[in-house]
Amino acid sequence: MSGGPFIMLELQPVFAWLYGLLQSLGIKGSWLTVISYGGLSVTVFGVLALLALFLVWWERKIAGHIQQRFGPMRNGWHGWYQTLMDGLKLLQKEDVLVDTRDKPVFFWAPIVCFVAAFAAYVVMPFGDGLIVADLNIGILYIIAITTFTVISLLMAGWGSNNKYALLGGMRSAAQVVSYEVPMVASILTVILFTGSLSMVDIVQSQSGLIFNWFIFRLPFGPVAFMIYITAATAEANRTPFDIPEAEQELVAGFNVEYSGMKFAMFFLAEFVNMFTVSAIAVTLFFGGWQGWEFIPSWIWFLGKTFMVVLLLMLFRWTYPRLRVDQLMEFAWKILVPIAFANLIVAGWMKYAGWYW
Amino acid sequence: MGEPGIVFWILSVIILVSGFMVVSLKNIFHCALFLILCLFAVAGIFILLGAEFLAAAQVLIYVGAVAILMIFAIMLTSNLASRKIRQSNENVLVAFFVCVTFVVSALLLLARTYESVWGKLSYKETLPAQNIATLGKYLMTEFMLPFEVVSVLLLAAMIGAIVLARKEKA
Repeated sequence: MSGGPFIMLELQPVFAWLYGLLQSLGIKGSWLTVISYGGLSVTVFGVLALLALFLVWWERKIAGHIQQRFGPMRNGWHGWYQTLMDGLKLLQKEDVLVDTRDKPVFFWAPIVCFVAAFAAYVVMPFGDGLIVADLNIGILYIIAITTFTVISLLMAGWGSNNKYALLGGMRSAAQVVSYEVPMVASILTVILFTGSLSMVDIVQSQSGLIFNWFIFRLPFGPVAFMIYITAATAEANRTPFDIPEAEQELVAGFNVEYSGMKFAMFFLAEFVNMFTVSAIAVTLFFGGWQGWEFIPSWIWFLGKTFMVVLLLMLFRWTYPRLRVDQLMEFAWKILVPIAFANLIVAGWMKYAGWYW
Repeated sequence: MGEPGIVFWILSVIILVSGFMVVSLKNIFHCALFLILCLFAVAGIFILLGAEFLAAAQVLIYVGAVAILMIFAIMLTSNLASRKIRQSNENVLVAFFVCVTFVVSALLLLARTYESVWGKLSYKETLPAQNIATLGKYLMTEFMLPFEVVSVLLLAAMIGAIVLARKEKA
């Protein structure tokens, strides 16, 4: 945490100029840190909001084409600013409130969800040196902070005072707590070989040839990735694991009573979460921002992440939804044993030195 | 110890106020949420002390698992949902005196040992920079036995829970 924020090489002059400007305005010491980190968080927030808008549009296009229709077409080229218009529409909509709601809980639920979704990006390495803070607990911090998403869903379910919302919240809690176990076990497999929880160290330990990416460490790398991507789909509450908001059973699940901007916050947070789990997958298994040097590192990172996002979107529109009992059985009877067996095999091979 | 700074005082106020809310509010769901806030602020104190791993573990275990299971239990108990709950009974006065006695004795202990123990400690120096690796090393060497005992205890608790929850097959 000491020193200023890490800054990408190409952007260094800009940041240096801003830093100098702040200093010449007579701001110094801890206020300088507060302002520079504040500016940085606003920038990251803006970029992520744009990304989420893009992902919403992309998902609708993919869904459309899989179902042999076009998806949004009216606003701009192939409807590219459709999501922006939807957002503006949601902004001016009436905030319909249930009379029997639990007022403070209902109010805070979307805020907690939104903040938890964005808080993970403190330690996300977007590129070579492009990271807000390289905490030495990196990946553990993300696992810890994203649990607040579950709490927000439970709050939304309770606060709405609606049986469908309550059921949705409870389902999501059961699901996320269960799928966290195999997810953490598969992340541990990677940590075993990097020997560090810091996201930057994890990326740098996969430098060099493409075979150094963790997914190519046979036999445990691909297994760990498959467990991670399955559990991550469940963590992001996406089909085939989207029972918290199963439309046919629960109307809309935990967010059934939310409207207007509050609904938009849940909606955006969902897409930010999807980007988060994909970005973690890229960092852990696909070498993060590394690639040929003539392309900037952040383009590599975004490109790889979009590939994983595409995978998640294809899952969503091609697989049917699991039933609740099937979902829990799958987590505890299939994923957890495989994840632990994989971890033990990986630990043994690390001890024996059978890896590169 | 260095200057506590403003962040410490903000966190302390959050911890104390939310802790008081946990034991005084009538709606048990609100109590659970304030408990989460309280535990989260304690994680913030850990970060101030330079123990990032403990902070993450605190959030992961207490907020991510314990508190969620508590909320889950509250939601499953349909009677609790709408009822206002009285959090005190006729023993409140006795409990108050016990708590005051505990706090006073803890403060006295702190005051007496301040010179000999706390005054000499400088947390910045005693915590290694890579405290996760050090922690892991100690768990596997010096504190091996307690670590294993705790693992066995957890395993026993887990088996006990399964035995209790399992339906007898005829």
